[in-house]
Amino acid sequence: MVQHTPIEVDREKGNFSYKTHYEYDAGVGLNEGVINYIADVKGEDDWIRQFRLKALDVFNRRAMPTHWATKDLENIDFAKIRYYLSKGQIPKRTWEEVPDEIKQTFERLGIPEQERKFLAGVEAQFDSEAAYSNIKADLEKQGVIFLGPNEGLKEHPDVFRKWFGKIIPTNDNKFSALNSAVFSGGSFIYVPPGVKVAQPLQAYFRINAESFGQFERTLIIADEGSEVTYMEGCTAPQFETSTIHSAVVELVAMKSAKIQYITVQNWSNNVFNLVTKRGLAHEESEIRWIDCNIGSRLTMKYPAVVLNGRKARGEVLSIALANDGQHQDTGAKMIHNADETSSNIISKSISIGNGRSSYRGLVHIPDHLRGCKNNTECDALLINTNSRTDTFPAITVRGNGNSVQHEASVSKLSAEQIFYMMQRGLSEGEAMSLSVNGFVNDLMKHFPMEYSVELKRLIDLEMEGSVG
Amino acid sequence: MANQLEIRNLNVTIGDKPILKDFSLSIPKGEVHALMGPNGTGKSTLAKVIAGHEDYTVQSGEVLVDGVNIIGMEPDEIARSGVFLAFQYPLEIPGVSIANFVRAALQARMEEGETFNAPAYYRSLYEKMDLLQIDRKFTARSVNEGFSGGEKKRCEILQMAMLDPKYCIMDETDSGLDIDALKIVANGVNLMRSPDRAFLVITHYQRLLDYIIPDKVHVMWDGRIVQSGNKDLALELESKGYNWVKEELATA
Repeated sequence: MVQHTPIEVDREKGNFSYKTHYEYDAGVGLNEGVINYIADVKGEDDWIRQFRLKALDVFNRRAMPTHWATKDLENIDFAKIRYYLSKGQIPKRTWEEVPDEIKQTFERLGIPEQERKFLAGVEAQFDSEAAYSNIKADLEKQGVIFLGPNEGLKEHPDVFRKWFGKIIPTNDNKFSALNSAVFSGGSFIYVPPGVKVAQPLQAYFRINAESFGQFERTLIIADEGSEVTYMEGCTAPQFETSTIHSAVVELVAMKSAKIQYITVQNWSNNVFNLVTKRGLAHEESEIRWIDCNIGSRLTMKYPAVVLNGRKARGEVLSIALANDGQHQDTGAKMIHNADETSSNIISKSISIGNGRSSYRGLVHIPDHLRGCKNNTECDALLINTNSRTDTFPAITVRGNGNSVQHEASVSKLSAEQIFYMMQRGLSEGEAMSLSVNGFVNDLMKHFPMEYSVELKRLIDLEMEGSVG
Repeated sequence: MANQLEIRNLNVTIGDKPILKDFSLSIPKGEVHALMGPNGTGKSTLAKVIAGHEDYTVQSGEVLVDGVNIIGMEPDEIARSGVFLAFQYPLEIPGVSIANFVRAALQARMEEGETFNAPAYYRSLYEKMDLLQIDRKFTARSVNEGFSGGEKKRCEILQMAMLDPKYCIMDETDSGLDIDALKIVANGVNLMRSPDRAFLVITHYQRLLDYIIPDKVHVMWDGRIVQSGNKDLALELESKGYNWVKEELATA
């Protein structure tokens, strides 16, 4: 009999990094000195410094959540990590020094020409003036504030301080504390009442080298009746990422506002991606998380919506792809806290080779509420026999006036299906990527066009690398 | 030899069990050959071995496509070399529409730098769907998902017509078809008959051969061809049953 050859993964893919000289470097390890260094470099007000120091204390006291999560977390050596690096504004590397395979990856992913140099770290500043000056002028005219966390807190404390660290308190979990201690980079956005921002906002509209930091902090406030879409990350492999990425993202949707937050991340195989995301939805508002996680050694991410006002709506649409040696531990939380609130969770995971996907869901509807609804669907696709998937739904619904629907499915891409597609002339990689695209197809229809195109290309690339 | 599908002394096992025993057959372009025989004689094994299925072990022998031995090639290479297998049990591909599937199959055949002509593709797809009396709504439906038996078989013939293979192997295409669907499928196949193409029609019953008239009929028994003839052999087989072959063999 012919042996089934196990799917092999190119472990080098995405692990691109090369030497760069930094102007600011807080050194390795985490202590008060590091926190003070960051606060000094950034010239922060004393209250932020105190916020950071208090967070460090919380971080040090909290245990790792290994009692419910994977033991792999114990392998993070916090003493060996650099918590703050900044290049300043002078590029230290030329386009010629960028390895050819990175250039090819950009090409194949269809990253616009003008963004490639920035993503490759050749330019500390992405020349967004040329590409996006119209959008920026437009935003300013509408009164939209779009800054980094430091500028946001410094220039508009009246707007941001009220909500900063309120949706996700420092002591929410060990990693929210870590982020609170060392955050840098990210976006602070305020959209005034009634303003509907037409184009999705992206970190690269803002010009600074920290847009894709390790410890980003994002706070988006959509005032009454406003609408905004934010896109985070990009499908290009993330270069120079350290082994830990721990972001905190807080969203506030005031009455009748709508926030859509889209993430597509493609991490290299050595990264621990531990992210806390939560939105607070007031009356008749809507918060939607679209979350696509590809790569990383371990991703733990459970976007949440706290439905605090009558008729508020929350949604999480997520796709996770765990290739060999990767673990995607993702899910969603919906906390119903008012009558007639509704929530929808659709989660799709793909596990390949030894890849592992876990879905964790929490839906909470207390006794006293009426007319609340939740719909949860989680589908898992397994490719090749070693992969593993788990579903841990926790749905607590009390009272009679509420309704919940839960569906879960696990399917397996069989050798016969692959053979059938290959008999039509598709290579094994093409057959797998077509199946994966088919599996996520109905969910991708909800995504903005350009993101679904990029995501499709990314899946193609990922599956190509999966074939031995 | 070029211009034919040639199977030479093929010995195939599954595990330790021999299935094909010194099987030989040549099908020149322009001809339709029918391969008949009772269940379990190795007809479907032959089809899958030609297509490169990895569950079977070829112990010896060759399968030559226009003179090139395809044994050991990957299934997709074999497909792109011009061999099409219409499956007895077509597989479902959830979420992938027929239009996208056929398109991906055609794109896999394109040269580097060649661009796909979408309008021409859809014209050709719709034309062939009309011919096979497949509702155009089907283009957007997932491949074989929720299809009836007859719909699946028509979808196989649609793919065959779109991919324009040199050698078509049809594995029990008539099973699960009612007489109307059978006529539609046969009509589709007959329109594809050409001096540049050969067919191997694997079937249990003579019925399909009333509509797809074969140039040659072969009877398979216990892993090899035991009798060959013209289309009348199929009729004889129909009236006398497979036991007749068995008896002939016993007396031989």
